[in-house]
Amino acid sequence: MGLSPRPEPRSVEATGGENWVTTKLDALVNWSRANSLWPMPFGTACCAIEFMATAASKYDLARFGMERMSFSPRQADVLICAGRVPFKLAPVIRRIWQQMPQPKWCISMGACASSGGMFDNYAVVQGIDTIIPVDVYVPGCPPRPEGLLYGILLLQEKVKQEHMGDETIRREMEPDPKSGLYIPPAAIDELSEPFGNSVHQTRSGL
Amino acid sequence: MTSSSPVARAGDGGAAGPAPVTPHNVPHRGGPANPTAESLRARFGDAIRRIDVVWGETTVVVARERLLEIVRWLHDDPEQQYDYLSDVTGVEFRDPEPPLEVVWHLRSLPRRRFLRLKVELPRGTPLEVESVWSVYRGADWLERECYDMFGIRFTGHPDLRRILMWEQYREGFPLRKDFPLRGRFSRAEQLRQALAANPEARYSMEELSIADAFEDLPEDMRQRLKAGERTGE
Repeated sequence: MGLSPRPEPRSVEATGGENWVTTKLDALVNWSRANSLWPMPFGTACCAIEFMATAASKYDLARFGMERMSFSPRQADVLICAGRVPFKLAPVIRRIWQQMPQPKWCISMGACASSGGMFDNYAVVQGIDTIIPVDVYVPGCPPRPEGLLYGILLLQEKVKQEHMGDETIRREMEPDPKSGLYIPPAAIDELSEPFGNSVHQTRSGL
Repeated sequence: MTSSSPVARAGDGGAAGPAPVTPHNVPHRGGPANPTAESLRARFGDAIRRIDVVWGETTVVVARERLLEIVRWLHDDPEQQYDYLSDVTGVEFRDPEPPLEVVWHLRSLPRRRFLRLKVELPRGTPLEVESVWSVYRGADWLERECYDMFGIRFTGHPDLRRILMWEQYREGFPLRKDFPLRGRFSRAEQLRQALAANPEARYSMEELSIADAFEDLPEDMRQRLKAGERTGE
């Protein structure tokens, strides 16, 4: 009882949480990050065509600081999964995600990437959120470029909300070592029960 | 003008194929059969089980044992010249009585002919048929796909393993009627098995020999690689 408690490591929280310096720095860092997201396109189907249209001159993704497509995951910030992902590609997209440096985000573009879409069969992953963490889901089959741009703007809003004191944004999310999955197997089974995924997701506003 | 048309010129010295015609009023069943069907019957007799003409296309059902012989003859005979194998696939019917079928689509470019060969595999017999890889090298992947989807084994194929599904896939053969649409395992188990695979263990054997995924290969592939086997050429 005579021992003095070990001092807490000095973190941003320990120095009083948010103050003028950290919030202004947050704003600066987030502003620059949000407006220079480098996308890593992972296009497997027709959504990739809409993604290309988004990046082309008419919709001009460069307006939002994303003109530089990063075809190497090691220089990318945002993984845009455009299209259905078969089980055979599951370890590939998982590895691409793990090769991306923190901080990183993921956009699931289209119905197939978000839920398996119409491909409720033996070969297709029922939503890439069962393989990698997803930040923004863009609905549509395929989404129009405006839809993808809206998803990207939503992601920029999310990036602008981040605090440098939040340790979790710099920590690599580790899958459960036993199952190798990010979410519990029972949750995956429930999400992708026969017709489950699509039924659950269309009930949102009704 | 007609003599200079590149498509009408046959490569076999004078034996030009017929000029292209657009078929009109083709009956569903019946009509003139491909002349190759009669040649086949004249030469192979009982091995030709049935000749059907459906929508103007000729289907010849042949005996399983003599398939390779027939295909080789169709390819080599100067009167036939079936030089292009465009597809190998399988058919399984919903009812349990009809046999499984294996289908070969043969095309003769010099003679402008199309022939569909079928072999029936009755229920209860092993799903095996001879590979035509020794005649058409292009049959390699087509037969692998047919094996992957239907479980039909092609004897004599140099490298018969799965091509679309991954090699460790254990749920069965997806296009068979007894295969449930969503697969046999739960979604979580399917995902776990898929994620356990090494993505680099999917390349061809040559690429694998320089990759570091060697230890993750199935045992039989490692043995084959160690024995110096190469696919393709």
